[in-house]
Amino acid sequence: MLDYWTVGEDVSVRDAFGRILVHMAAERSDWVLLDADVAGGTGAKPLVTQYPDRVMQFGIAEQNMMAAAGGVADTGLIPVVSTFGAFGCMRAHEQFRTAIAYPERNAKLCCSHVGLDVGPDGASAQMLEDLATMRAIPGVVVISPADANEFMKAFPVILDHQGPVYMRIGRSPTPVVFAADHTFEIGKATRVREGSDVTVIATGVMVARALSAAETLAAEGVSVRVVNMATIKPIDMAEVIAAAVETKGIVTAEDHNIFGGLGSAVAECAAQHHPAKMKFVGVNDTFGKSGEHDELPAMFGIDAKAVYAACKELI
Amino acid sequence: MPDLTDIANTIRINCLKAIHAGRSGHPGGSLSIADMLAVLYFDVMNLDPSRPDWKERDRFILSKGHACPSLYVALAQRGYFPMEEALKLRKIDGFAEGHPDVGMPGIDAPSGSLGMGLSQGLGMALGGRHLGQDFRTHVILGDGDLQEGNTWEAIMLAGHKKMDTLVAVYDSNKLQGDAPVATQLDLGDVGAKVATFGWHVLYVDGHDTDALKAALEEAKTIKGKPTFIVADTVKGKGVSFMEGVLFWHGSVTMTDQQLADAVKELEHA
Repeated sequence: MLDYWTVGEDVSVRDAFGRILVHMAAERSDWVLLDADVAGGTGAKPLVTQYPDRVMQFGIAEQNMMAAAGGVADTGLIPVVSTFGAFGCMRAHEQFRTAIAYPERNAKLCCSHVGLDVGPDGASAQMLEDLATMRAIPGVVVISPADANEFMKAFPVILDHQGPVYMRIGRSPTPVVFAADHTFEIGKATRVREGSDVTVIATGVMVARALSAAETLAAEGVSVRVVNMATIKPIDMAEVIAAAVETKGIVTAEDHNIFGGLGSAVAECAAQHHPAKMKFVGVNDTFGKSGEHDELPAMFGIDAKAVYAACKELI
Repeated sequence: MPDLTDIANTIRINCLKAIHAGRSGHPGGSLSIADMLAVLYFDVMNLDPSRPDWKERDRFILSKGHACPSLYVALAQRGYFPMEEALKLRKIDGFAEGHPDVGMPGIDAPSGSLGMGLSQGLGMALGGRHLGQDFRTHVILGDGDLQEGNTWEAIMLAGHKKMDTLVAVYDSNKLQGDAPVATQLDLGDVGAKVATFGWHVLYVDGHDTDALKAALEEAKTIKGKPTFIVADTVKGKGVSFMEGVLFWHGSVTMTDQQLADAVKELEHA
């Protein structure tokens, strides 16, 4: 029996990664974890401890690990590659593209250390470009779960999906948004709050912040719809179009560079199907810096206040 | 089964026909691997051309993917698909891509971007070990592959994990795209370096099919170590006006006369 966390609890998605890995190791034997000496950092450590025969250790050599994952997938095993965002989505990006995505290998990449959520490690570790780099590769499903529970719901789904998938793992404790009865479907957004004035389409840690901003705005009489866009690619076009048609504008919110990620994906959809006024909450094309995960959002304009301000500008 | 040297010669002739038909391609490095391909596909490897996706087949990866014209015609000669498909090299209406793509029957991994082939082969070997299958994986590396750091990551790990089902054949033809290897980035004694990472290293004449076969058979008997075969080769082997001549690295277009001269020489070899 898989234990989920309680809504409102602060939980690191890394803990969810470790928990679901152990659970799925008991459930099915058709996958292995590929690690590059960072299982302690990604959250995979419980699997290494409890199911060492399900882990292929590569040492600190991510390019080899990523290309090897393509070979592992050729044998019918599903490789779940796990490392930090900067290594998985940039250092070994070409290996992912050429040895995994191009031959349509059934491989999964799960990266921790993405966004300002990384905190004190600073800019080199704060991968703010992963949604852009991975979204640009043909045929890749890109997922950014909102919380620990959604991550655990999504993991078995990506194992069942035939083809390459990239999924974010958060690092810092963030509020649990979804209860144990949440369902996850690739390409399907979740409307977490109904509203009619403006829509916030958020992903990852920004979903909780968007809900907080919506609460503040409600007190001022502004009705904010909040959509959790956990799948960045393929994006839920119907939900984007509904937001464009039914509300006065769309605010996108992501712990990522404003270029190339969720905001761009939503804009691409809206521009073609129902142009809408938009505001982009994200890191404004700059590198991060050291600081606590709950200090950096205010400095870089991705906290609940930034979402609030963007909504106000649209109405 | 015809003589392996004759098969290699036929690979060379068909390879040049494909490059001529494609109006571009890399003849030099394709000719240097023809003997290896003949030995692997017509003797050493356990495979079934009627079932290219058979899970327990031996695997092959041409890490130096630009030499694919020889691989494509070898696959055609072995019966994976009609030769006319290989002769559609680089054409829009075929699957003989400019660099290997798994869409072609018999191609086990994409390559062309140097440095990724050994890692993919290592992954196959790791998967096979995990699944309890004893298929073997062969990877042909070029000089360029050994200048890529990715390859050395794979060399380190394969030795560390004692991957004895993995064999690398290093096509040491000594010329790269713009200049000799010794000028661009001298690799030194590659075999000695690889040996320090726990590989069983053999040195052979890369155009001696008997020696290649003996080395690949010896590799099957080595336990606890992957095998690295340093194959001393000549770029452009078999065509006198191409041998050791940098220009023929490619990607080049062959004239009708050049093809005729080359085929004539190879047919009389």
